[in-house]
Amino acid sequence: MAVDKATVAKIAKLARLRVPEENLDGLAGELNNILGWIEQLSELDTDGVEPMTSVVAMTPPQRKDVVTDGGRPEDVVRNAPESVGGYFVVPKVIE
Amino acid sequence: MPALTEQTLSAARDGLANGDFSAVELAQAHIAAVEAARPLNAFVTETPERALAMAAESDKRRGAGQAGVLEGIPLAIKDLFCTEGVLTTAGSHILDGFQPPYESTVTANLWRNGAVMLGKANMDEFAMGSSNMTSYYGAVENPWRRSGDNRPLVPGGSSGGSAAVVAARCALAATGTDTGGSIRQPASFCGIVGLKPTYGRCSRWGIVAFASSLDQPGPLTRTVRDAALMLRAMAGHDPKDSTSVDRPVPDYEAALSGDIRGLKVGIPKEYRVDGMAAEIDTLWQQGIDWLRQAGAEPVEISLPHTRYALPAYYIVAPAEASSNLARYDGVRFGLRVPGNSLDEMYEATRGEGFGAEVQRRVLIGTYVLSAGYYDAYYNKARRVRTLIANDFAEAFENVDVVLTPTTPSAAFTVGEKMDDPIAMYLNDVFTVPASLAGLPAISVPAGLSEDGLPLGLHLIGRAFDEETVLRTAGVLEEAANFTAEPGFIAGQG
Repeated sequence: MAVDKATVAKIAKLARLRVPEENLDGLAGELNNILGWIEQLSELDTDGVEPMTSVVAMTPPQRKDVVTDGGRPEDVVRNAPESVGGYFVVPKVIE
Repeated sequence: MPALTEQTLSAARDGLANGDFSAVELAQAHIAAVEAARPLNAFVTETPERALAMAAESDKRRGAGQAGVLEGIPLAIKDLFCTEGVLTTAGSHILDGFQPPYESTVTANLWRNGAVMLGKANMDEFAMGSSNMTSYYGAVENPWRRSGDNRPLVPGGSSGGSAAVVAARCALAATGTDTGGSIRQPASFCGIVGLKPTYGRCSRWGIVAFASSLDQPGPLTRTVRDAALMLRAMAGHDPKDSTSVDRPVPDYEAALSGDIRGLKVGIPKEYRVDGMAAEIDTLWQQGIDWLRQAGAEPVEISLPHTRYALPAYYIVAPAEASSNLARYDGVRFGLRVPGNSLDEMYEATRGEGFGAEVQRRVLIGTYVLSAGYYDAYYNKARRVRTLIANDFAEAFENVDVVLTPTTPSAAFTVGEKMDDPIAMYLNDVFTVPASLAGLPAISVPAGLSEDGLPLGLHLIGRAFDEETVLRTAGVLEEAANFTAEPGFIAGQG
């Protein structure tokens, strides 16, 4: 399952990462090395083994469906690069 | 009396209780040490004013008879813990200027117990690294150097700043986080104690997430007793972290009886890996002998899936990281790089804001989670993880604790291994299995390499049995009598 330049460009797009064209080849090489090394897992028979979901056996805790925090819009937007009147500002999405 | 910065945390606690010095005096001495240690680049942010204010409050509380278990103790906090109103960077450009409007549960627990914050410690970007070289804020230098060799060495990572400041006597202890070895490996490289608690023992709430099923905060200290004190103050149930476990926090210090007679210590044969340095093997054998002399019984055990732990980890951790790091999009906090559309803005921000190692892991994680590969990679790794956890579960039917080396080598030079990600990943070959199984583990400084660098021994315990891990670590510590000091100690020479 070798990764080529086009695959790197595709997963970079999926990950919303801008990768300069000139870096794609180098990254393909690095990812192939890592994936090739990971490939050794295939020699292990895992048929019938349950995939781990939680490392500590526990029942997920439940809580009452009530508001526990809030009413602090200025705290929520305080770190935003751009905000207006309690809203986050982003580039225009709808024409 | 030795300098205020030279004593252990537990000695400082006793000194404060006896009125030998005040919390303000202790804070002043450490603030000066933090300044003197600037050449190490171990802090991203120093908070001297806050330290003095917290120390003054601490002295007042003590005067009023309300001293907590860490009352007046100055600490460094890994820059992965959100601290209210104080810059929190995770070692990344993408969190430029981020001042959390909330406090992480673990740091809130520490402040409630009376501790004082000296600053935020440097770290590998988003805790991804074993050298501290991936930090946007630059590499951290290990206070140790090889004998007869002046080249700077890495402190390990990702909690490299935390380990360096404790070793260099700038803080009595530090917080770290451990996903695959990020507390234990730097502790080993810097000649100090590093404890990764059981997954769920300390709350992850308010800690910048890397791989949520593996991340666990813990202490870095100069002694095992200090680690016990820190863990007691850090641990506890937190309703805000659904994986935080609701069980009482023991008095870990009381577990340090020094008595391990009859304890069965597992020695896993699979940890004797190819190409392991002879001095690591020798130290391991020495550790076995020390525990036997203290009355424990070494037992050879098998953890047959050990060699698959690291490749499984490098699927699970990047997969979770690629999901967790989706939130850094230039909208709500940190860096924004403009773009003509929303997608262009996301891509530009993330392309510029994330460093090379983080990008590599986000790409790997995105790939192994993408359609067509999810089962072959991600589910496969989760199955292997089950096998590794089962290995430990079976071993712990016959033994009480497991002894291994912490790392396959001593600290390496700054710049080394940066061109070979897999060589870097192999640093964590002994620490990753316990992480995948969620088990508590500790690194204790146990000896010096041929060129004079610290080496650690590693103990792994049953889930939530930090007490046996700490008790055994205390015996190792006493037997090893590790008194060597790094070449750089803040305020000396």
